[in-house]
Amino acid sequence: MTTLRDAQTGKDYEVVKLHGTGAIKRRIMDMGITKGTPVHIRKVAPLGDPVEMTVRGYELSLRKADAEMVEVKEL
Amino acid sequence: MEFKIALAGNPNTGKTTLFNALTGSNQFVGNWPGVTVEKKEGKLMGHPDVIIQDLPGIYSLSPYTLEEVVSRTYLVKERPDAILNIVDGTNLERNLYLSTQLAELGIPMVMAVNMMDMVRKNGDIINIDKLSQRMGCQVIEISARTGEGINEAADLAAKVAKHQQVMVAKHSFDGPVEHALAHIEEATQGMLPAHQERWYVIKLFERDEKVRDALKLPQSVIDHIDGDIEAVEQEMDDDAESIITNERYKYISSIIDECNIKKSKGKLTTSDKIDKIVTNRWLALPIFAAIMFLVYYVSVTTIGTDATDWVNDTLFGEMLIPAADDLMDSMEVADWLHGLIVDGIISGVGAVLGFVPQMVVLFIFLAFLEACGYMARIAFILDRAFRKFGLSGKSFIPMLIGSGCGVPGIMASRTIENESDRRMTIMTTTMIPCSAKMPIIALIAGAYFGGEWWVAPSAYFVGIFSIIISGIILKKTKLFAGDPAPFVMELPPYHMPTLGNIARSVWERSSSFIKKAGTVILLSTILVWFLSSFGWDDGAFTMLDEDALNESILAFIGSKVAWIFAPLGWGDWKAAVAAFTGLIAKENLVGTFGILYGLADAAEDGEEFWGTFAQDFSVLSAYSFLMFNLLCAPCVAAMGAIKREMNNGRWTLIAIGYQCGFAYCMALMFYQFSSFISTGTFTLGTAAACVVLAIMIYLLFRPAPKYNGEIQIKDAADVTE
Repeated sequence: MTTLRDAQTGKDYEVVKLHGTGAIKRRIMDMGITKGTPVHIRKVAPLGDPVEMTVRGYELSLRKADAEMVEVKEL
Repeated sequence: MEFKIALAGNPNTGKTTLFNALTGSNQFVGNWPGVTVEKKEGKLMGHPDVIIQDLPGIYSLSPYTLEEVVSRTYLVKERPDAILNIVDGTNLERNLYLSTQLAELGIPMVMAVNMMDMVRKNGDIINIDKLSQRMGCQVIEISARTGEGINEAADLAAKVAKHQQVMVAKHSFDGPVEHALAHIEEATQGMLPAHQERWYVIKLFERDEKVRDALKLPQSVIDHIDGDIEAVEQEMDDDAESIITNERYKYISSIIDECNIKKSKGKLTTSDKIDKIVTNRWLALPIFAAIMFLVYYVSVTTIGTDATDWVNDTLFGEMLIPAADDLMDSMEVADWLHGLIVDGIISGVGAVLGFVPQMVVLFIFLAFLEACGYMARIAFILDRAFRKFGLSGKSFIPMLIGSGCGVPGIMASRTIENESDRRMTIMTTTMIPCSAKMPIIALIAGAYFGGEWWVAPSAYFVGIFSIIISGIILKKTKLFAGDPAPFVMELPPYHMPTLGNIARSVWERSSSFIKKAGTVILLSTILVWFLSSFGWDDGAFTMLDEDALNESILAFIGSKVAWIFAPLGWGDWKAAVAAFTGLIAKENLVGTFGILYGLADAAEDGEEFWGTFAQDFSVLSAYSFLMFNLLCAPCVAAMGAIKREMNNGRWTLIAIGYQCGFAYCMALMFYQFSSFISTGTFTLGTAAACVVLAIMIYLLFRPAPKYNGEIQIKDAADVTE
């Protein structure tokens, strides 16, 4: 299973499923990361975390620990 | 009759610019009850009967963040007459997500698509008619920056408010979901407020606890509803909340396909190009360091401090206070009144106003960094380093500024959105030695350590060390535990802020400091003046000469409480009194020692009395005294700033109490352990220090208590609901 945590900079992915529950999951989904959404990984912060990605036409940053909840497949 | 229009939208949509343009100077800024979230309202220009209520910038009406809870409580409970929903035309897709939720409330709504100038510049097209049809409300193109369409948008909102055109949401969900929603509506018939059925039914489907509790539905109805929800959840293999979110975005995607043609898709915008350099893996930290150096250099090293020194030393020190002295003398005013006016009131006002110039300089930088989009990048770049201590990457700026002066440092914490990160930053910022603590360090270094170079750096080390320890300990306490604080943050495109927005932000922050912190500072200054200038001279209570501090009420209190500090190695009443006068301004501490040692005009570092001073303290007790004064409650001005930013008496007391307690423990451990090492005798004090150390190690390394979410949010909801 690939998650956004392992996603590589510069590549495109599609969201397969969101794991986890509660506030963090809802927050990630509110920001537009839902089933079937394409996600482009822009960069990783200089200290190695968080990750910046383009989703639904804007830039979003996610911590790796939270990104792990998002299962993706490479496009 | 008065009409209320709520201005709602995502962060970074130009909401503030629109609000300012619509209300002009007719604004009232406060806080939502009980929380640190700012509340702004104002009268619509040209419509004295229309009030615009600015809601916090939010992405959703979920029940999880403070801003969202505040907004939805307002929308559901207060029911404004209309909603003016501002959306960013360059980022329509995510913006419409909130719009679909607002539409369900049944409140008349108008949608203003902002940044149309940018949309056109990018060559993109938005089909406004189609969008209006799909959303079920009137849509208007605006540009808050250029002023295009804003009056029309406001007029439209005022019109729907007056006509009470009930908003009917046009979007629908997938078959099974709608089926379940219909069931819920049937089951709750007559139990839901009129025109809001859609909102409540969807919230019930999402199992939103706040709504469930508020409606007080009979258990049988809840069980019935649960059955419907579970069936859908099984069918769609997801939880109800996620199903709704998915369905919303599905509907929005279909709108976007129909209404929004993006020519610029895939191309790098100017903002992307800037970001490629600014947050580049290798360049990000050097660029950040350079920007911080500039901020520090201008607001602390040069202009800001010069301006503040001028107000303190020249305007008040050389002009106003001597002039007032002369005036009082010439009018032959009684000594006590003279003292009250000059040393109490004028000095107190000076203490408040003295900080303002530096704060203005700093606030200009902060407003610019926030508005241009760089502040979000600071959080992005530094998040990893700070989050371990319960702080945000944005805590860096308050602490950096705090090394110059804690007051603007604390005020700079305003830029941190997350309430618990912000409170943590406010509590720990003043542990970094500020410039007023330098004379204390110079005194101790000069009198005991022969002016060794390492004394000052060691003070900074103690400060940083204390922040880290405090962060880890506090994060695990009930006060800070359980806040979900997911770091899911938008990195908005860079753009040039408008001068008006910066000026307004600087004005709001500075004036709120003067108003809210000023009172505390003034009253405390008067109190300390009274305690130090009155006392018993030959048995009679009277006003004392300046060099008779040892007969003052303060000295009396000092001698009564000095024993508290004995375990720290400095049980002498002079030290207690000096520490107390340090509350007015930390550098006062040196001057107080001067007076107590009979030298009224000692140099800033107290060089004249190094010899006498060294007899009263040992090397170890002197350093313990230094540690305590670096870490304990800051000066009254900084305490005023803490009160202003916490916006809550209980939290202010917690912050100051924690600082004093922590300082005491640190100084105790330092003194007792170092004495034990140097003398080899184990005393009661050593035992006490061992206990403190054991407790601290436990607090540091215990596993974080179980996630018990929403404590703070519930607090807030109790107040607002």
